[in-house]
Amino acid sequence: MTPEAAVFYVFAAITVGAAAVVTLARSLIYSAFALLFTFFGVAGLYLLLGADFLAATQLLVYVGGILVLLLFGVMLTHKLYDLDLKSEVTQFLPAAIICGGLFILLAWPLEMWLTLPRLGRVHLLGMLWQTSWATGSGRPPAATTADIGRLFMGSYLLPFEAASVLLLVALMGAAMIVRRRKDA
Amino acid sequence: MITISHYLAVSAALFTLGLLGVLTRRNAVNVLMGVELILNSANLNLVAFSRFGPGNLQGQLFAVFVIVIAAAEVAVALAIVLTLYRLRRTPNLDEADFLRG
Repeated sequence: MTPEAAVFYVFAAITVGAAAVVTLARSLIYSAFALLFTFFGVAGLYLLLGADFLAATQLLVYVGGILVLLLFGVMLTHKLYDLDLKSEVTQFLPAAIICGGLFILLAWPLEMWLTLPRLGRVHLLGMLWQTSWATGSGRPPAATTADIGRLFMGSYLLPFEAASVLLLVALMGAAMIVRRRKDA
Repeated sequence: MITISHYLAVSAALFTLGLLGVLTRRNAVNVLMGVELILNSANLNLVAFSRFGPGNLQGQLFAVFVIVIAAAEVAVALAIVLTLYRLRRTPNLDEADFLRG
């Protein structure tokens, strides 16, 4: 196993394991802190893919912004003396069957043959392992920040400005929604 | 050898776990965490295709826009959850049935 593969598997295990805790943990606080590890794992995978700027952005925006916002949401929607912030689960079995089936269809990693009663022998392997992706020359790992900045100020200026307006509108809209009205 | 399929498999696992969270949780903040997992899985796909694809940065740029939209989405969604909590004293989504006839 090459060092790259070892690092990939470590980050993939952190990401997927923490995501499983996010989804399955009984406590909201456990979910929030597992989400922290998921974001760290994804940032590590970005680094491994040569996206250094995006990894830093992931840490700054997701861990520093969105996760703190979610924790505020947890704290503001529960009474302070509520020590165990339980999150209830409904319809777990059908949802688990649908999601497990979707994962097996998409990404079942081990090739195997199953004998099913109606269908006969079934070849079981995820779709994305059978697809021959149109991969090109690829991008050699190099610093991306300057290039991304040039693209944002160049050919992607209009989406960049639209995103900034979207952020402004979302900020003002969120403030308007939670504002306490005097007449109510 | 780590190919693009490995990254896509991690992304598929993140997506299905996030979908499971969205489908099964009653707490609105927990549903939002599932949505964040789904957005992260999409981002991972974009960056992987940017790395193994034709060798340009467009996938990473798109991922930056996804992060921006995720930030805006979570701000507005939390405002709605707080308003719901003020009206109904509960963070559970299935009790937000104001429009039921």
